[in-house]
Amino acid sequence: MTDSMVRAEAVHKRFGRLEVLKGINLEVKPGQVMCMLGPSGSGKSTFLRCINHLEKINAGRLYVDGELVGYRQSGDKLYELREDEVAKKRSEIGMVFQQFNLFPHMTALENVALAPIRVKGMSRSDARSRGEQLLQRVGLGDKLGTYPMALSGGQQQRVAIARALAMEPKLMLFDEPTSALDPELVGDVLDAMRQLARDGMTMIVVTHEMGFAREVADEVVFMDEGVVVESGPPAEVLGAPRHERTQAFLSKVL
Amino acid sequence: MATSKLTEERPTGRPEEIKAVPVRHPGRWLAAAIVLVVAASIVRAIVTNTGPNKGFEWVWVGHYLFDSRILHGVVATIYITFLAMLIGIILGVVAAIMRLSPNPIVSGASWLYIWFFRGTPLLVQILFWYNLQALFPTISLGIPFGPAFVHTHANSIITTLVAGLLALGLNEGAYMSEIVRAGIISVDEGQTQAAQSLGMSRLQIMRLIVLPQAMRVIIPPTGNETISMLKNTSLLSVISFGELLFAAQTIYDVNYKIIALLIVASIWYLAMTSVLYVGQYFIERRYGRGFSRAERATMRERWLALGGGRR
Repeated sequence: MTDSMVRAEAVHKRFGRLEVLKGINLEVKPGQVMCMLGPSGSGKSTFLRCINHLEKINAGRLYVDGELVGYRQSGDKLYELREDEVAKKRSEIGMVFQQFNLFPHMTALENVALAPIRVKGMSRSDARSRGEQLLQRVGLGDKLGTYPMALSGGQQQRVAIARALAMEPKLMLFDEPTSALDPELVGDVLDAMRQLARDGMTMIVVTHEMGFAREVADEVVFMDEGVVVESGPPAEVLGAPRHERTQAFLSKVL
Repeated sequence: MATSKLTEERPTGRPEEIKAVPVRHPGRWLAAAIVLVVAASIVRAIVTNTGPNKGFEWVWVGHYLFDSRILHGVVATIYITFLAMLIGIILGVVAAIMRLSPNPIVSGASWLYIWFFRGTPLLVQILFWYNLQALFPTISLGIPFGPAFVHTHANSIITTLVAGLLALGLNEGAYMSEIVRAGIISVDEGQTQAAQSLGMSRLQIMRLIVLPQAMRVIIPPTGNETISMLKNTSLLSVISFGELLFAAQTIYDVNYKIIALLIVASIWYLAMTSVLYVGQYFIERRYGRGFSRAERATMRERWLALGGGRR
């Protein structure tokens, strides 16, 4: 029944008159890493945000772990989920943003421990010790009490990854996690993500890091103008692209 | 070639400090002189005009400065400022959150509240609340359109203190809500999205993520509002509330030392607002820390600049 973690069936998304997603079909199996490539404006980030219902889709069906995103189906009628039900579903999906979006008025450890305490009802001491572990895991065991402003971009992004992991998500979404970083800081963040993939986390990564996609992804999806142009194992899509739009894009990026 | 010659002759190590003749600023000296002359003539007018019945009466100022009635007025001014600001801030936060609500009735109600209380003069509102019993002789507490549990005469509840607090607090709430709203809007959308993606509820996001960050934008103008409030309490003298100005008026109604007592009141208002200014300076410095704001030149640096930019 739930043999896929994410399944998209003809997903459409409009912003006013502008159609951003024009029928996306794809599937991510548990434990898989999918990398999404494509020029800016192709709809990758929008699709990612639809998965945890930060954006509502206009047509099609989107399932996470076998359940509809944002709706409940009864007969052939759809019912919108209540706000707390949406929040519950979101708490099971981790998301990492291009601009980190750490909470600037909290230390690294407070950032990581906040949601487990407030959303999961975990005790403060448990959340603290778990937060310390997670920060150690991303190589920031010595930055527990540091505020985001005093951290480099790469360190901030690793705190953001730890913050998402603290909710023990079954799926992680990465929205261009290294695009806002100085080149020499990209490596540490990619290492943390690589480690996560090795531990068996299901991940969807919107990225321009071709090396990472080639090495870590089980499947690469190339999107352009709101449709999936080409998808398949990295060796195929990146090594021998069949579609000319993919070829054109890769020749510019590589 | 010239360039290569320069390179050869350059001494090793740190070059000599630049000693140039500074630019002179005759305009600055002239402006300063004009200001000083004007200031001196004002001071002279005030100080020399102290004869009996000739205007300023400094002896009486000294006599009434620490009069117990004046001191009571000062205390009343301070506590009504505090209470009215408290009401204003609470109402402001509530109205701001209502204004940003997706429910059109809720946000419309907030809009209406702000529109009314910002659009009518504070003095009119004060008189309105004071004369409320003319419109509603009795006030009941109960289920709307249903039975009432408590009945009472309006003028037994609406004392001058309550009327004053209602007027100042409700008026302040309308202004504070705009300040709070600006603060909330100033917090990056990404903060809300990050909190949403962690599964936090709207109320949690507002309380734990958005409002603490909005404080940086909210606090400085709130200091200004407090200073305005302190001065606006003097309007309550029209409904005979015993604040500072009313205390001064009560005294000069009897002895006609009008100017002397207005100076006494002004001295106290200046003293109180000065304390608030100092407090505001420190609060602003604390909340503006780390955010781009050019450091202001110190007084000493400005004196040096007047003298020709010598350091």
